Amino acid sequence: MAKDEFNTGFKLVGTRPNRPDGLDKVTGRARYGADMTMPGMLWGAVVRSPHAHARIKKIDASKALALDGVKAVVTRADFPTGLTGEDWNLQENSMAGDVALYDGHAVAAVAATSALLAQDAAALIEVEYEVLPHVIDVDDAIKPDAPAIRPGSADHSVPEGFPANVVRYIDYGHGDLEAGFAAADLVMEKTYLTEATHQGYIEPQACVGQLGADGKGEMWVCTQGHWFIRQMCSAILGLEVAQLRITASEIGGGFGGKTMVFMEPLSLALSKKAGGRPVKLVMNRAEVLRATGPTASASMDVKIGMTRDGRMTAGKAVFRMQGGAFPGAPVDSALDCAFANYDMPAVYHEGFDVLANRPKAAAYRAPGSPMAAFAVESLVDEMCRELGLDPIDTRLKNAAREGTKASYGPTYNKIGLVETLEAVKSHPNYAEPLGPNQGRGVASGFWFNYNGDTAVSMAIAEDGTAQVSVGTPDIGGSRASLAMMVGETLGVPYEHVRVNVVETGALGINEPTHGSRATFATGKAAVVATEQAIAEMCRRAAAEWDIDPDAVEWIDGSAQPAGPNAGKFPPMKIGEIAGKMSTTGGPIAGHYEGFPDGVGVSFGTHVVDVEVDPETGHTKILRYLVAQDAGRAIHPAYVEGQFQGGAVQGIGWALNEEYVYGEDGRLQNATFLDYRVPVASDLPKIDTVIVEVPNPGHPYGVRGVGETGIAPPLPAIANAVAAATGQRLRHLPMTPVKVLEAIQAGQDG
Amino acid sequence: MSKIHVTTTVNGDTVEFLADPRETLLDCLRDRLGLTGSKEGCGTGDCGACSVMLDGRLVSSCLVLGVEAEGKTVDTIEGMASGDDLHPLQRKFIEHAALQCGFCTPGILVAAKALLDQNPDPSESEVRYWLAGNLCRCTGYDKIVNAVMDAAAEMRGAA
Amino acid sequence: MVEINLWSGLRRFTDGELVVEVEADTIGKALDALIEKYPGLAPVIEAGISVAVDGEITTAGRNIPVRPDSEVYLMRRLKGG
Repeated sequence: MAKDEFNTGFKLVGTRPNRPDGLDKVTGRARYGADMTMPGMLWGAVVRSPHAHARIKKIDASKALALDGVKAVVTRADFPTGLTGEDWNLQENSMAGDVALYDGHAVAAVAATSALLAQDAAALIEVEYEVLPHVIDVDDAIKPDAPAIRPGSADHSVPEGFPANVVRYIDYGHGDLEAGFAAADLVMEKTYLTEATHQGYIEPQACVGQLGADGKGEMWVCTQGHWFIRQMCSAILGLEVAQLRITASEIGGGFGGKTMVFMEPLSLALSKKAGGRPVKLVMNRAEVLRATGPTASASMDVKIGMTRDGRMTAGKAVFRMQGGAFPGAPVDSALDCAFANYDMPAVYHEGFDVLANRPKAAAYRAPGSPMAAFAVESLVDEMCRELGLDPIDTRLKNAAREGTKASYGPTYNKIGLVETLEAVKSHPNYAEPLGPNQGRGVASGFWFNYNGDTAVSMAIAEDGTAQVSVGTPDIGGSRASLAMMVGETLGVPYEHVRVNVVETGALGINEPTHGSRATFATGKAAVVATEQAIAEMCRRAAAEWDIDPDAVEWIDGSAQPAGPNAGKFPPMKIGEIAGKMSTTGGPIAGHYEGFPDGVGVSFGTHVVDVEVDPETGHTKILRYLVAQDAGRAIHPAYVEGQFQGGAVQGIGWALNEEYVYGEDGRLQNATFLDYRVPVASDLPKIDTVIVEVPNPGHPYGVRGVGETGIAPPLPAIANAVAAATGQRLRHLPMTPVKVLEAIQAGQDG
Repeated sequence: MSKIHVTTTVNGDTVEFLADPRETLLDCLRDRLGLTGSKEGCGTGDCGACSVMLDGRLVSSCLVLGVEAEGKTVDTIEGMASGDDLHPLQRKFIEHAALQCGFCTPGILVAAKALLDQNPDPSESEVRYWLAGNLCRCTGYDKIVNAVMDAAAEMRGAA
Repeated sequence: MVEINLWSGLRRFTDGELVVEVEADTIGKALDALIEKYPGLAPVIEAGISVAVDGEITTAGRNIPVRPDSEVYLMRRLKGG
């Protein structure tokens, strides 16, 4: 039952306490992936393909192994064979087999007694390649003459006769599309392109892995989900899952990029070959950009019908996305998000997951949603301009609400899109006057909320303080929000609750901190576990008072008789019950294992003002506003932080960031100098409005808030640039060169 | 390659270590001295996560060789607080929720302190340009800038 | 009986049907009944899907109850960042 329905007078929920890990993180004490050393530890280095597509003819490691201090070299020959499905994909991506599939693909790894020695040894490993034809662009990859990258990768969804690099095909929709377009006064169809971007977490992948000949192993690793690491490493190396014990370090950002393995299995393989000595592997930035998962690039056709007064009658989206040399471009979720904002009588979606000679795509914040939002919200804006309609009023007119049949099928429960549109409409930013070369853009966006496997345990300590053991690594302050929810439920101060992210040996399986689920799912699980402990404490008090346990209630951290008929006893405080637990029945604890139901999706609307320099084509962000439905903000500062961080990643995607490949298929910009993420001086303040339409499925009304914020910036900025320049850019990023060319083409035309 | 003996002062303590001539100051701080508060985000001087003070000058320690520290003074995040007393910047970063993952935080704190030491009353714009060499991917910088401005105000006695 | 809404791409395995009625009171039984009726759906379901029951998308937990009036949609497996 949602506590919201009874109570909004919370003591902790909605306040802004200091985060429990703050002190460690401002003093340099917090231990991240690369900060761990272990006794007897070796250092590893990885040899990577310099070619986009090449047959590996021979690997000769004899010179490397001859160096004093080099302890082990592994290649694909050291891995088990016969894997299928995603296990096969992950193994292939961790270490190339017969063929290197992208620039940066691992082909061998070495362990030695120092980091420099490992790098020297890696340089001595000789690999003979036969270079094969490659393909990088998604539209090129489905042409008839494109090289077939990985035959056998297509799944059951791909009909006969499709191009060889199409590995998944999706089509779905509802309503009468032709009738919808026929009822429209304006039908527009345009093609939009986005380039691959990287999550850009500042902490490179790092781990220390140890694996003995007995099949028992351990790992320290920066990851969003250590149970995923355990399962994937076990599958790739043929190990028994429970024999691996994985500890998550503090994590320096992930954004989806740390939900799968890259070099983690290599550290275990090296360790085993080096007699079980721990092996540390730390990527450098070039390795992160070349060999860990960026997101997909996309080529998208969108067609929308609209009446003269702004009613949307039909929409069609055909998306082609490449997710590297493996299946997994987020084309399905992109399509699900495409028209999710709108109540439309007819929609149709078609999607192609395409292989190209690039690194295996990983999830990136609301996977697929930013591309879809760019295409659909740009076209909606183009149509509003054509018809002379207000972009917010048009969105309000078509906005999905409770009871709307979602474009992806089911019927929406309680949602807050309308509230976000109204919030930006009445915000002072929306009334700011604009000057020459300035323009305002509006766009909305959507992301799901996900539950997933969740296990939590909580226990009361002898002095009445509480510990909570969770399996979702804390990336953006989730320990604070979890401690607040547990403290609120238990009726104790926030500081009395310690939340620990525990190793895989301590809990049942947990999915990662992904899908905007940590505060929702782990939070709900923690509340359930806490309620179990409360029930036990009520039983202990009842036994002491010799009354029925049902006649005891829990109020403000104390057991109390429920009403005058239960008996007259003074409240028994948590500390008193806890202090006696060893003599009243032993430990007091609670736990939860399951999928917490009641997910609540989140919509957001952004408004951006830009100024475009007509001489250089440079776009400056003048003002930025995010309004998003959080359900309920447990710790508002960290909710704002999610909004602001998502918006700025979207700004980077819109204006700067892209993977640039040469003719040779090699990544040209594998440094932070050339892959330029937004810096402080690029940006204004990011204004936020936390809209709260509580999620009835969560005890405190929480919705997932982490991901939605990255989607609206792409179209909002494109719409603002169009307003400022009169030119519509349909290919991201909107670099100064592209904007200037568009301005000049507009002047010529 | 034989190692070189280096004597230097780190956070006020005289320390000695043996450095391979190819090792960076960041490598030496982290792997020779166990001071892992300074982080490597790029190794090319672009992200600022390894920011330290070298003889009073803000540097990316990944662009300095360990052997260059000979006879110099190095100040890192580990020396920023005095015992239990956090520097106002450290306190304000916690209060303003100016960190999410916290990986860039040590470098940003060191860089922000270098700013306030030479300019106690920076404008927001000056803060943003000074910190343009420190990448943060989580926060969008908003709360970082607020925390630095608030710390500066407190240190001026204006808060 | 409960109605299971499929996505269009699955029509190839269901003789063109987009909505399939099965006898079931849980998601697990509904999926089993679907596979029994249309064996071509087995690899799709085994590969991993999500299910939306009355508007709420979830991992396809087999014990999730469904009623005759439940709105049930099969969806592609949801992942997040």
